[in-house]
Amino acid sequence: MAMKTYIQAIAEATVEEMERDETVFTMGEDLRQSVYGATAGLVDRFGEDRVIDTPLSENGFFGAALGASLCGMRPIVETVTSFLWVGMDQLISQASKMRYMFGGQAELPVTFRIRMFYARGAAAHHSDRNYPIFMNTPGLKIICPTNAYDAKGLMKTAVRDNDVCMLFEDGIAISSRAEVPDNEDLPGGELLVPFGVANTVRAGSDVTVVGIAGGVQHALDAAKVLEAEGVSLEVIDPRTLVPLDIETILNSVERTGRLVVVDPAHKMCSAASQIAASVAQEGFWSLQAPIQVVASEQVNVPYSPALEPLIYPTPEKVVAAVRTVLD
Amino acid sequence: MELDRQQLEEMYRRMCRIRYFEEAVIKIHSSGELIGPAHPYIGEEAVAVGVCAALRDDDRIAGNHRSHGHPIAKGGDVKRAMAEILGKVDGFCKGKGGSMHLADFSIGILGESGIVASSVPIATGAALASKLGKKDFISVVFFGDGASNQGACHESMNMAALWDLPVIFVCENNGYAITTSYRNSVSVDHVSDRASAYGMPGVLVDGQDAIAVWEATNEAVVRARAGEGPTLIEAMTYRFEEHSLGLDRIVKSQYRTQEEVDEAKMRDPLDIHRAAIISHGFTTDAECDEIEATVKSEIDEAVEFARNSPFPEPGDLYDDMWATPV
Ligand SMILES: Cc1ncc(C[n+]2csc(CCOP(=O)(O)OP(=O)(O)O)c2C)c(N)n1
Ligand SMILES: [Mg+2]
Repeated sequence: MAMKTYIQAIAEATVEEMERDETVFTMGEDLRQSVYGATAGLVDRFGEDRVIDTPLSENGFFGAALGASLCGMRPIVETVTSFLWVGMDQLISQASKMRYMFGGQAELPVTFRIRMFYARGAAAHHSDRNYPIFMNTPGLKIICPTNAYDAKGLMKTAVRDNDVCMLFEDGIAISSRAEVPDNEDLPGGELLVPFGVANTVRAGSDVTVVGIAGGVQHALDAAKVLEAEGVSLEVIDPRTLVPLDIETILNSVERTGRLVVVDPAHKMCSAASQIAASVAQEGFWSLQAPIQVVASEQVNVPYSPALEPLIYPTPEKVVAAVRTVLD
Repeated sequence: MELDRQQLEEMYRRMCRIRYFEEAVIKIHSSGELIGPAHPYIGEEAVAVGVCAALRDDDRIAGNHRSHGHPIAKGGDVKRAMAEILGKVDGFCKGKGGSMHLADFSIGILGESGIVASSVPIATGAALASKLGKKDFISVVFFGDGASNQGACHESMNMAALWDLPVIFVCENNGYAITTSYRNSVSVDHVSDRASAYGMPGVLVDGQDAIAVWEATNEAVVRARAGEGPTLIEAMTYRFEEHSLGLDRIVKSQYRTQEEVDEAKMRDPLDIHRAAIISHGFTTDAECDEIEATVKSEIDEAVEFARNSPFPEPGDLYDDMWATPV
């Protein structure tokens, strides 16, 4: 077993899947130079045909990946949350809808690997946390790994999945390290994490805190602070938002009676609001206090270092929300 | 039309202003005072300055992530530009936009943009407004060779030619989009070769020579103001620095050779312009030295001003979201 960073885990999953299946190929911008850190050495290993540096044409190459997937290939596309907007037509009009519109004929085994940069002074054009927008679009699987183990296991599952998978790589989590088992130590010889199975990162009894993407770490930090006061948080990482394992969350809320959801996306129509709505609908009688959501302010990301940190969830905001549900 | 002594000197002043401004930004960045990304324009100064020398104050410009040169060339205040980059209230955008989003609408700077090619339709729309409003201002958009591959770029050029809009598309071809070379990303020898496909003139110009850029732009401006439609200008240039500050820590292997960089630096646009205006007898060595010295202290003052400007207050967070608050 070795400690690996999230990015190393993604890179490892990419290599393993490309080695296992020669229909898997990778495309994106500046892959050869590994500008986003996960594609170093890929060209040398697999050649230019399977590791394609694209022109700056997101709508074009997102769509080309979809077209190739219809004809037997399994593309992995690397991009950044804020560049998804340029390829939105292909993502929304084609990726999400083709299979259904064509009566199930279309198979679209494409994995979009999407780096989610925020909280680093990059201003409104480079700080999007936009997974909720794609949750709102039927037909896309939404994956939010929060640690290296899940990053590898979910990535490998995504590449093998026959639907369009969007894997959001949280910019705060990507340099974190976790133990990632070696393949020979695993039953079946590989690490695969299934979709739709939440991870109870920390067991607790007083309040259920669901963390999404970078929100998991804030929840864990808050748990440590509150532990000293004798408050026990149960922290749940859904791992995938579509499909969403609401059962695990409902079961936890049944025991704790209290829910806080932490989501770095903007609060309106966020993943957190969906989870809060589901628990309100299906777990209402378990609740002993109104659900609290800790999400980003409903404002564009300001550049100034004096303003930007104010908008995102923090451990302190999670602690305050926990106090509110315990009040 | 010819450039007079005053204009030629002003062009040199603005090129120096951009160069020293960028040098100051690099220094500030390496001291850790600036955390966000910034993309130096060093080496490309003659493009923005040559273009803007042909424009009026009410002409509009829009730009991209390599964002400091365009507004300074248009006459933007370096104090407010620097304050913006430090996220201060006296910045062009009150600290809300930062390096990649400098804008000063009062002198026609409609804003720089971090999303590649997203300003191209904006400038096209500005030109549409000029035409529909029967005004005679024109618009210019600066974009890179990489940006030329975006749909937004192709779509805009078609509309502009179709509707004879007074817009000038200025492609700053510096040979690379981050690490991806022109050769590996564009299917034709020159971006300007595409102009005929849209039905507009395409002009290839030496982007290290501010006077040549001015000449090409001036012709395009005359056409645009006369209602004869858009022009695509491709200025061949080179960025002397890494794509963005700090990227050298990420990109470890070479995507352009040191010889290539060294060779490009031999054609420094500031040297070329300085030599040209001296050799034509417009100005002297001493006068150029004087311009350099004045601009240097101007930039020092800008840094000082920016450092002393306050940060926005937490209460400013939601300001400027809406025309009519919800
Ligand atoms: C839509 C989009 N895709 C990718 C990026 C990342 N990116 C920023 S600058 C850049 C290269 C731009 O190259 P070019 O247009 O030639 O301008 P240059 O940087 O060379 O001046 C890329 C890929 C982005 N900002 N926006
Ligand atoms: Mg370029």
